[in-house]
Amino acid sequence: MAALPLMKLIRLKGVPILQQLHLEERLLRTSPHNWCIINDGTNLPHIVMGISGKPAELLEINSVLRDKVPVIRRFSGGGTVIVDTGTIFVTFICNKDDVSEVQPYPRPIMSWSSLLYSRVFQGVGDFVLRENDYAFGNRKFGGNAQSITKNRWIHHTSFLWDYEINNMAYLKLPKRAPEYRLARNHLDFICCMKEYMPRTNFITRTVDALQGEFSVETTDLEAVESPSNTKFIHSSKILTERELEEAALG
Amino acid sequence: MALRLWASRSASYLKISTFNRAFATVVKDLKYADSHEWVKVQGNSATVGITDHAQDHLGDVVYVELPEVGTDVTQGNSFGAVESVKATSDINSPVSGKVVEVNEELNDSPALVNASPYEKGWIIKVELSNNDELKSLMDSDGYSKFCDEEDAKH
Repeated sequence: MAALPLMKLIRLKGVPILQQLHLEERLLRTSPHNWCIINDGTNLPHIVMGISGKPAELLEINSVLRDKVPVIRRFSGGGTVIVDTGTIFVTFICNKDDVSEVQPYPRPIMSWSSLLYSRVFQGVGDFVLRENDYAFGNRKFGGNAQSITKNRWIHHTSFLWDYEINNMAYLKLPKRAPEYRLARNHLDFICCMKEYMPRTNFITRTVDALQGEFSVETTDLEAVESPSNTKFIHSSKILTERELEEAALG
Repeated sequence: MALRLWASRSASYLKISTFNRAFATVVKDLKYADSHEWVKVQGNSATVGITDHAQDHLGDVVYVELPEVGTDVTQGNSFGAVESVKATSDINSPVSGKVVEVNEELNDSPALVNASPYEKGWIIKVELSNNDELKSLMDSDGYSKFCDEEDAKH
């Protein structure tokens, strides 16, 4: 029986989301290894838009400016999320040749990841990949996005283990929304994973599911962060106050 | 074969579609890269885009990240990206040279990449720095065969 490909696992807790995104993009573009990064909560609330996100369309900018909520434009595609200590991030970075049954395009990658998560959530709620969202029934609990290079790809997810109701007020109803949303506002559209599974249980089950496909080796952040990393030019950035003000003026 | 049956059953269970068209169009007289970009060469100038196979597999393109005019491009390296189905996908240059024009229409109409991948959906124009590199690209027959082999593996 062929050996399983190696996947390095980094487990983080409360790491700032911008630091996580910088790490991910650098590993995607410069590392030869497969990676799983799990960040159990991020330290402060942040809004994170996809690469083509337009603040005027997606955010209640005046509230965002008033409350000084940081807004990041990340390197991957997809929609807008507000993340905080109640968010669990799970990221897979893979060499396409190590997952050779998966064509390196968005839908096959999502097909692969949803099968992995179906093992994580087996027997728990009505887990489904619904129009590219992770949902229990028709309520979304995980937003995912991807970035695909010539030989590697990343699939990263922000899971709503819990969320602050007030924070959802910073986000507008997006123009580009899945059909199953049916114009529901945020609170009627999303649900919390904490109603289905303890936090540590989810993380343990995710690592177990990975071990079915990879030889998982735990490593720590210090092993992958080094002074030479500062040469890499990241594309995920925090929008400046000026950029947000200009967007508000439209 | 068994893997394909398992995949389609799984896709059905998860209510997702992985159907792609049985064939993708190719255009004769273009050259093709194995990362699914095409190039049309006219003397020292080249026009670059992504193929019908690529746009079909990527899904509806909602955004194209274009390089600045004057940027240097290198054969095999990324110069921009398309966004589709919540993913950014690199566009890799099949040639080396300098970007002399970008298709600004894609800013307002990114779906041109899907609707007209070989004509209105062109992405950049390049002043070539090394015509010899074209020898490493596939012709239309070679690329068709390459696509068939790639799709057969999955």
